[in-house]
Amino acid sequence: MVRYLLGRVGQALAVLALTFTAAFLLLQVLPGDAIMIKFMSPDMGLTADQIAEIRASYGADRPLWERYFTTVGNFLTGNFGISIQAGVPVSQQLATNLPPTLLLASLAFAAALILTILLASLSNMVGMEWLRAGLQSLPSLFISVPVFWLGIMLIQIFSFQLGLVSVISPGPVEKLVLPVLTLAIPISAPLAQILMRNIDQVLAQPFVAVARAKGASRNWVLWRHVARNAIMPTLTIAGVLFGELLAGAVVTEAVFGLSGLGGLTYQAVGNHDTAVLQAIVVISALAFVTINLIVDLLYPVLDPRLGSRSGAPA
Amino acid sequence: MTAETAGAASADIQPGWVTRLKRVPVTLLLAWAVVLLVLAWAALPSLFTGYSGTEGVPGEQLRPPSAEHVLGTDGLGRDVYARIVYGARHSLSGAFVAVTVGLLLGTLLGLIAGARGGWIDAAIMRLVDSMLAVPSLLMSLSIIVLLGFGTINVAIAVGAVSVARFARLARSEVVRVRRSEYVEAAFGSGGTFWAVLYRHVLPNSLTSVIALAALQFGSAILAISTLGFLGYGAPPPTPEWGLLIAEGRNYLSRAWWLTAAPGIVVVLVVLSADRISKALGRTAP
Repeated sequence: MVRYLLGRVGQALAVLALTFTAAFLLLQVLPGDAIMIKFMSPDMGLTADQIAEIRASYGADRPLWERYFTTVGNFLTGNFGISIQAGVPVSQQLATNLPPTLLLASLAFAAALILTILLASLSNMVGMEWLRAGLQSLPSLFISVPVFWLGIMLIQIFSFQLGLVSVISPGPVEKLVLPVLTLAIPISAPLAQILMRNIDQVLAQPFVAVARAKGASRNWVLWRHVARNAIMPTLTIAGVLFGELLAGAVVTEAVFGLSGLGGLTYQAVGNHDTAVLQAIVVISALAFVTINLIVDLLYPVLDPRLGSRSGAPA
Repeated sequence: MTAETAGAASADIQPGWVTRLKRVPVTLLLAWAVVLLVLAWAALPSLFTGYSGTEGVPGEQLRPPSAEHVLGTDGLGRDVYARIVYGARHSLSGAFVAVTVGLLLGTLLGLIAGARGGWIDAAIMRLVDSMLAVPSLLMSLSIIVLLGFGTINVAIAVGAVSVARFARLARSEVVRVRRSEYVEAAFGSGGTFWAVLYRHVLPNSLTSVIALAALQFGSAILAISTLGFLGYGAPPPTPEWGLLIAEGRNYLSRAWWLTAAPGIVVVLVVLSADRISKALGRTAP
């Protein structure tokens, strides 16, 4: 067990180190770097010597390997470098931009969970065949919808056609309704697909037939026995979902003009602000690796079949 | 056995193409119809619309859908349907480049990892893991920062993201096929490593790789339109689908068709690619 644990943690660290190195190589070997973009413009009126001086002050004139190890050391001590465009430390930018995105993402995740459970339970309780087929094909539709277009359509319908959500000066809650919905719908799609497949698999197991034979109603079996068995495997895609949430937040914030990590990423790409991008890439990889590690380690604890306990009483 | 029953039996085994077509689900037929139509748009746009994809007619701005302009016109008097038809070439060729990049690089990496094993396998698969650890949009954005903006660069950035998925699939297929007895026999009868890979392992892995390619084609169209929307793709007035939606955003209160029409086309194409991929025997990596 300890060996497994160490191996798993070691693997996670290896993935992180590789991601960091790849991101560093990708973003630091740039032909036109952020310093050039900001200070080369003619209206700044800087001479070549002054630019060289600025480059030296950012450490951009030193060899690649030296910069690499300096950056590694800095990241390990929580120093993510300086955003060249904004002129402030990246950690400071992250501190101001992370909370709104976290709020948006967690609200969207909660909404996605509700939507998923609603979809899965409705499609299993509805009697009419055509309605059930319709509900079951909704997730594939949700996956195929571009997030940015979904956001625009929601603004179109709820703000302009129905006049329900104000566009000009929405309140703090009103402002978040459509972005949360925009982010939640595509997240709910893979969740619902997996949950529906799991429910079908669990329903085919013998213990369900036994419970039914003992006189339990279909709905009782569904909620008491099937739900708890079907929800568990959904956990395994938590890491993937995190990535979707973050990527979705970039797009959603761009569509709704919200400030946050997404807006920061968007600006960093436009300005070639590599320090900011590298910090965001490494932090998201860290979160992904950590979530997957926790899921892997928690799974035997949460699923009694992998532990010592026997199956739940019927 | 009489000739009659023999004929009936063979007809049962090999039905005519009409019968076979009837057995294909309606949704799959529709999906193929959508994909073929969009491919035709990309190949011969002028056959489907008399209007230009980039030139507007002055005085015909922001007309709602009518018999004359099926999907209305935009703020510069350009026919929206024509722009979507001409845009098919940009969006589809971008997706094609993306899938090709992912397929070639990913399959090569996966083949080497699965066939060589040992530390090479471990190194390649850790690399793949770290590619999967970064959200795909962030990874595309990092590559775009490196390569610069533009249609081809966006396509390469989207394709690079799918390298990891193709590599995983190819590796698992190679490992699966390698264990089978006929491959052992091929090695036993003197086949060299690469010959066996080419003659036996590759053809047997093809079905699932093609299914993944179809699926990735849909995702690539989604990703390319997203990056086009964010403004990293082709510059205006290119009628790229994501860019069409971005342009329509400025007229939300007055012209719903500008954003609705190209979006629905994207959704239909992605849905169709997904449906076809499932029919091809999708094996999720």
